[in-house]
Amino acid sequence: MIKSFKKNIKGIVIEGITLASALLIIAIVIIMLTVIIIGGKDQLSWEFLTSFPTDGMTKGGIFPAIYGTALLVIIMSIAAVPFGTITAIYLTEYAKENSIIAKTIRFAVRTLAVIPSIIYGLFGLGFFIKFVGAHIDGAFYGGELKWGQPNLLWASLTMALLTLPVVIVSVEEALKTVPQELRAASLALGATKWQTIQKVVIPGSLSGIMTGTILAVSRGAGEVAPILFTGAAYYLATLPGLSDQFMVLGYHIYVLTTQSANVDQTLPIQFGTTCVLLMLTFILNMTAVILRYRIRKKKTN
Amino acid sequence: MFKPGLIDQLNSKKTNMTKEPTKKKATGKSTAESNEPVRIDITRKKFRFGDFIAEKVIKGVAFLSITIIVLIFFFVFREAFPIFSHSKEVKPTTTEQATQDVQETYGAVTDKTSKTEEVQETYGDVTDKPIKEETQETYGAVTDSAQVQEQYGVQTNDTSVTTDPSDTYTVSAGSGFDDNQSAIKTLVTKDWIPVSDKPRYGLLALIVGTFKITLISLLFAAPIAILAALYTAVFANKKMKEIIKPTIELLAGFPSVVIGFFALMVLATFLQEIFHYETRLNSFVGGIAMGIAAIPIIFTITEDALTAVPKSFFEASLAIGASKWQTAFFVILPAATPGIFAAILLGIGRVFGETMIALMATGNAAQMDLNPFSSVRTLAATIGAEMAEVVFGDTHYNVLFLIGSLLFIFTFIINAIAEFYVKGKLMKRIQGK
Repeated sequence: MIKSFKKNIKGIVIEGITLASALLIIAIVIIMLTVIIIGGKDQLSWEFLTSFPTDGMTKGGIFPAIYGTALLVIIMSIAAVPFGTITAIYLTEYAKENSIIAKTIRFAVRTLAVIPSIIYGLFGLGFFIKFVGAHIDGAFYGGELKWGQPNLLWASLTMALLTLPVVIVSVEEALKTVPQELRAASLALGATKWQTIQKVVIPGSLSGIMTGTILAVSRGAGEVAPILFTGAAYYLATLPGLSDQFMVLGYHIYVLTTQSANVDQTLPIQFGTTCVLLMLTFILNMTAVILRYRIRKKKTN
Repeated sequence: MFKPGLIDQLNSKKTNMTKEPTKKKATGKSTAESNEPVRIDITRKKFRFGDFIAEKVIKGVAFLSITIIVLIFFFVFREAFPIFSHSKEVKPTTTEQATQDVQETYGAVTDKTSKTEEVQETYGDVTDKPIKEETQETYGAVTDSAQVQEQYGVQTNDTSVTTDPSDTYTVSAGSGFDDNQSAIKTLVTKDWIPVSDKPRYGLLALIVGTFKITLISLLFAAPIAILAALYTAVFANKKMKEIIKPTIELLAGFPSVVIGFFALMVLATFLQEIFHYETRLNSFVGGIAMGIAAIPIIFTITEDALTAVPKSFFEASLAIGASKWQTAFFVILPAATPGIFAAILLGIGRVFGETMIALMATGNAAQMDLNPFSSVRTLAATIGAEMAEVVFGDTHYNVLFLIGSLLFIFTFIINAIAEFYVKGKLMKRIQGK
């Protein structure tokens, strides 16, 4: 081995280049993490996390943004996780691998995954607000504007569409790790297909559903483009309900960095908010990566 | 191992064959003491009804993703459509006014054409061939709207005004009507001035800007991601793999607004110190930042494609006496090219539609040039920045939705190519036809 390496300097150089690019990516991740954490760590305090912004957003905390993000993510998960799981169950348990229907659904899921997030925002505006919301207003509120405007519910549902493929893909991966023998055994004992899915397949893939949910939550917490005009607000003095606009961490960062009158003055808050958002998504993703790693290990065993 | 088909067989056998084992199972738990056959039938029926509902629900929900795509198509296009339809509705009712309007345009013709000539002249001064090619390309991309204009030109013929379709094309540049007719015509100009007395919705600068930034980010991201994937798939030992892969997954989880913030606060200053360009936020900074966002996608798909190359390729190459790097570059990399192509395509799709980084780090000025250090405004950023302030139902609103439709069509096509063309080719190559 060593001899051949010595002989072949070219090989070492080329391997070195590939290694360097891999290390560069790792370096980018580490640099981004450290810069943002170092910039934001002084700002982080219990008070920062639990108080409202004051003095025209130049001081104070980010509690409403955290609260809004949490609500957004919860409503989004309630909508996205069941539908995503059911679609994944259909794809693995019911659809035949090469049938046209299964292929079309898979293509649709992948397309959903690559559609730019801003298009979801447009769709949320055109469908949820201008179509569904406006019709609800027309039918139940006598044309008074209640649901036909940007609010938390529509933003969450828009985000649910965006995260649907994330859920589907991870759940599908987990469902495939449930051994066929278990399904066969269950069926052989006389259980129906639905019973098998209910009692054998789903419990066996709970960690996968968890992973999907966590990844979806992380994605939903970080995306801003879909909620730019479906519900996110600059500043609110009260905590939002379902039909109100709301503050979100990501949008808060965007607004503070680009729209506020005094960018330098709010710099600590910007770093603090970014740090909070980054830590949140980082921890969620870390959990998902570990869970997924375990699932894959189980599969190879 | 059981194949999926086997279960179906088992299933059908189970129903076809004696039903007694099933019955025993069904009742075995609940009513163990009394084995009355009549009851068993009832329970079975009940179960089946539940199953029936559950299966129907599952099958119904499975079509949700298809439904969503159809809905997105419909609703995004619906909001963009009035640009084309409005003017037709207005036209027949006010024929005289329309003709007058057109005559007025005639008065303005000379000005406008001279203007365009000027623009062309400056073009000749500043640029060489590449720019012309670029603009021609973008013209090609907007042919849809151009066609619509031609149709419109035909309509004006009907109202006995002798306007040549080709004439209206040049006349249109910058003429300031309030109705949508002029709005459509300005689409293929380079002026994006949506908020003014004479709004102009020229998409060319936006499209060129988007392509420019996509190119920069790909030139940055694709080599790094592909080489890193090659390292991970071929050279790396298990321990390195366990470091690189999770790191990439974490990078994929970085919110784009965080990357945008990093680019805005740190990267822009850093790069300016190195390259000494004038505008701090420009397409170069934005391109690098978007490249960072695109690396995980390109890496993951490339790595999948590389590991999908059969081990026998690797072993055969080594057996003939090729070294490891020769095998990597001349055997494995070529075998996986369709997959790498797909990876780059999806990377393009990611960058093309990226909104938050574009909003934060590119400077957001709709300029049309090929200087990598000038500010640009991308299509997605335009929607993100202006949609919140626009009047609903306004021409501006419709144009923004039109941009959305363009983005949607573009990413849809890219994904379709990556999906069908590449997959077919990859399969062919790896499985040996």
